[in-house]
Amino acid sequence: MSIEYLLEVDDITCRYGQGRAVEGLSFHARPGSLTCLLGPSGCGKTTALRAIAGFQTLEKGEIRIEGQCVSTPGYLLPPERRQVGMVFQDHALFPHLKVADNVAAGLRHQHDNLRRQTVRGLLERMDLSALGERFPHELSGGQQQRVALARALAPRPRLLLMDEPFSNLDLDLRERLGVEVHDLLKEHGITAVMVTHDQYDAFVLGDEVGIMSQGNILQWDTPYNVYHEPTSRFVADFIGNGVFVRGTRIGERAVNTELGDIQGTLDRPALTAAVVDVLIRPDDVLPDSDGPISARVSRKAFKGADIMYTLTLPSGTTLLSMFPSHDNFAVGDHVRVRLNVDHLVVFPIEKTVTESMTSSPA
Amino acid sequence: MGAIAVESSSKMRRLSHSMDRWTLSSILLSVLVALPVLTVISLAFGSTSDIWQHLLSTSLPHYLRNTLCLMLGVGVAVCLLGISTAWLVTMCRFPGRKLFEWLLLLPLAMPAYVIAYAYTDFLEYAGVVQGGLRGLFGWQSARDYWFPEVRSLGGAIVFMGFVLYPYVYLLTRAAFLEQSVSMIEASRVLGRGAWSTFFSVSLPSARPAIAVGLALALMETLNDFGTVDYFAVETLTVGIFDVWLGMGNLAGGAQIAVVMMCFVIALITLEGISRRHQRYYQPASSRLKKLPTYPLVGYKRMAAMGACVVPVLFGFFVPVLVLGELAWVYFDESWTPAFRTYVLNSCLLSSAAALIALSVAIVIAYARRLQSGRVLKIATRIASLGYALPGAVLAVGIIVPFAAFDNALDAWMRAYLGISTGLLLSGTVTAVVFAYVVRFLAIALGQVEASLEKISPSMDMAARTLGYRASETFVRFHAPLMRGGLFTALMIVFVDCMKELPATLILRPFNFDTLATHVYEFASDEMLGEAALGSLTIVTVGLLPVLLLTRMIGNTREQGLRRAKRPELAESVT
Repeated sequence: MSIEYLLEVDDITCRYGQGRAVEGLSFHARPGSLTCLLGPSGCGKTTALRAIAGFQTLEKGEIRIEGQCVSTPGYLLPPERRQVGMVFQDHALFPHLKVADNVAAGLRHQHDNLRRQTVRGLLERMDLSALGERFPHELSGGQQQRVALARALAPRPRLLLMDEPFSNLDLDLRERLGVEVHDLLKEHGITAVMVTHDQYDAFVLGDEVGIMSQGNILQWDTPYNVYHEPTSRFVADFIGNGVFVRGTRIGERAVNTELGDIQGTLDRPALTAAVVDVLIRPDDVLPDSDGPISARVSRKAFKGADIMYTLTLPSGTTLLSMFPSHDNFAVGDHVRVRLNVDHLVVFPIEKTVTESMTSSPA
Repeated sequence: MGAIAVESSSKMRRLSHSMDRWTLSSILLSVLVALPVLTVISLAFGSTSDIWQHLLSTSLPHYLRNTLCLMLGVGVAVCLLGISTAWLVTMCRFPGRKLFEWLLLLPLAMPAYVIAYAYTDFLEYAGVVQGGLRGLFGWQSARDYWFPEVRSLGGAIVFMGFVLYPYVYLLTRAAFLEQSVSMIEASRVLGRGAWSTFFSVSLPSARPAIAVGLALALMETLNDFGTVDYFAVETLTVGIFDVWLGMGNLAGGAQIAVVMMCFVIALITLEGISRRHQRYYQPASSRLKKLPTYPLVGYKRMAAMGACVVPVLFGFFVPVLVLGELAWVYFDESWTPAFRTYVLNSCLLSSAAALIALSVAIVIAYARRLQSGRVLKIATRIASLGYALPGAVLAVGIIVPFAAFDNALDAWMRAYLGISTGLLLSGTVTAVVFAYVVRFLAIALGQVEASLEKISPSMDMAARTLGYRASETFVRFHAPLMRGGLFTALMIVFVDCMKELPATLILRPFNFDTLATHVYEFASDEMLGEAALGSLTIVTVGLLPVLLLTRMIGNTREQGLRRAKRPELAESVT
């Protein structure tokens, strides 16, 4: 019998400390899917994960794994009986046990031979064969996280939970390990839920991403859509860079702004307001020496292959634009750009004018 | 379908119950430990007789005055000794500073009653000092010269000051070490000298720490029975013994215990408030920079060394030498089979109490880790109140409910089964061990909590999701990681039990002696020589935790400095 959803989180509310950390949260995960809960710190994502693992009681709602109810108000299947694996930001390896014993920690009911075989297989798969007799403190951060993953996967959990698994690793390593983990999970058809505040981790690993704020999911979508079609200002703000440009709607498929008329599919036909804010991502603004828009470079940030320019229009409006690295301008230079928007992301205007969101992720 | 529903619902109930097992045991244990405190408080309000009136008109003012004088005197003494030495070893440079840093802790190993016995022998009329003076000056009798009376309120203040100042020293020293270097530098730059900086910057910022140390020292003062009894200083503790055991008036003793509770509450409040302030007064910034120290030369250097030598010498080495000499001379009289029984008794009771206290502490601390809630927090707070309870008060709080239980059980058994159970709890070592556990649980709890806190909560979650129950997680993963902390807790409680006198004295079974009560009884019978070996044994055992402490305090700041210098760790912070 195959089930449609391996994990079902239905309208759960949990209290953490004084306030409600999670309020009315719902989402479902299909077998073999990789799900990311993405949000700023304090949005309740970790509490949600703790609730799924069984460390957090529910005030409302229900959590089911493989159709079996594991949490409702007044009932909590203890974590040790849920058959979920967990990986942590601080790796949480048992410091007094060798690597091999760490990986074997969840296999105590297995026969000795089988256990040794499982451990050996996993260590091999994770490129850790040589390290089985080492202690955790003798390993690098990346190796520790591999061991943590092997340990979590060893008992063949129904569900793998990951709490900011790559946050303690340096940039280069986290990207490589992210891809590695993605492939491994897909290869074994493991269903996983990860929480992170880092959108790039979420993009690498998640089939689907839930953007969380104040204990709830604002948008549930693929990473691509979350970036290109944010449904709320918060999501637009939190994911990627960009600016809002004020404009007036003209017809069904165009908005008139100071940058000219912008054509494109309107993502929100229901929005009827005449005056709107249009989201302009850096990749919507292309360098073009014949482009219709002239702007002054007011700031530049070198990113290696690209340079992120902050451009100021004569009116004072700012734009962000990503240029290939060899288009090297100095601050104060005038450049010409054109827009390339095929999909219009518009929001109702806010009282306080949001000018730019240059909060680039570190 | 219906059957499944029924089955799963019964399963649900069972599981939610098992979740609460830790919480439940924790609350139950806390209530049990709080029993003496609750008893004393209820006695204060429950009594209908006019004993209050009687007490007030007779002995209570006398007990009160003595207690207040003693606490005031000891308070001044420990502050003078503790603060000055703490400042010298942290802020000045002079020969032997490193050595004094830990030597100054040694008097902590000396129970007040032991130092009192040692000095009485040393300083009394027939003792070495007066005898020497008489020989030197040719005096014939006590009428020829004046010598301060050792067995007096003043004597008690001086001797208790010498053994209790390390509480103030230890906490003040830590506060001085953690004070902001920039604050001192700012003061110096603004033109203040060393003295002025001390009084206007260092001392005020260390005030909360000093208050905590003072509160702890005064709790010990209030708890003391051996010294004040021997010196005939009639404090409230002596009052409890006199009224209760001397005159057979338990209710009167309980009333005095209630009065003492007021002192205890005042001290706990002082301690609590000061601990809260400590956080604000000791900013974390730049505390890892090396402290600027004043190099001392000439007479200042001699004065500094003198100030550090005096407490160590008179608080530890002189009494140890006196006791050692006595023990040597009286060895054959002291080293008897009875003595070995006392040692065994002490060890057995202390070990049992230490193990029980540790187990209770683990249950309470672990329950709080598993489930954070207001109820558990309050339970923990109540459970650790016992440390402030003077032994005599504790004894009152234990004997009342225990005796009531024994009598009720005995009556019931006799009525229904025709057998007498006698005194099951109150007349046996159960009461003594229980008293130890109540009084020293806070120490074990503090240790266990501190060691548990060092273990990341994700470690628990990792173990649980790997299929280990809460208890298995503790045994398999926590216990090995906190081995050091658990052992320290065991040892400190064990040693404190060995030294405990007033509660043991009241609650012990008839004709049952521990090392402490043996020393007390021989000293009371003016047989100081025979008591010396026991005293020395207690001091030796008492040295264990002190040595551990010296190892720990020696390198807190140095460790911090070293850690800050390690780049890979500094990086991970930024």
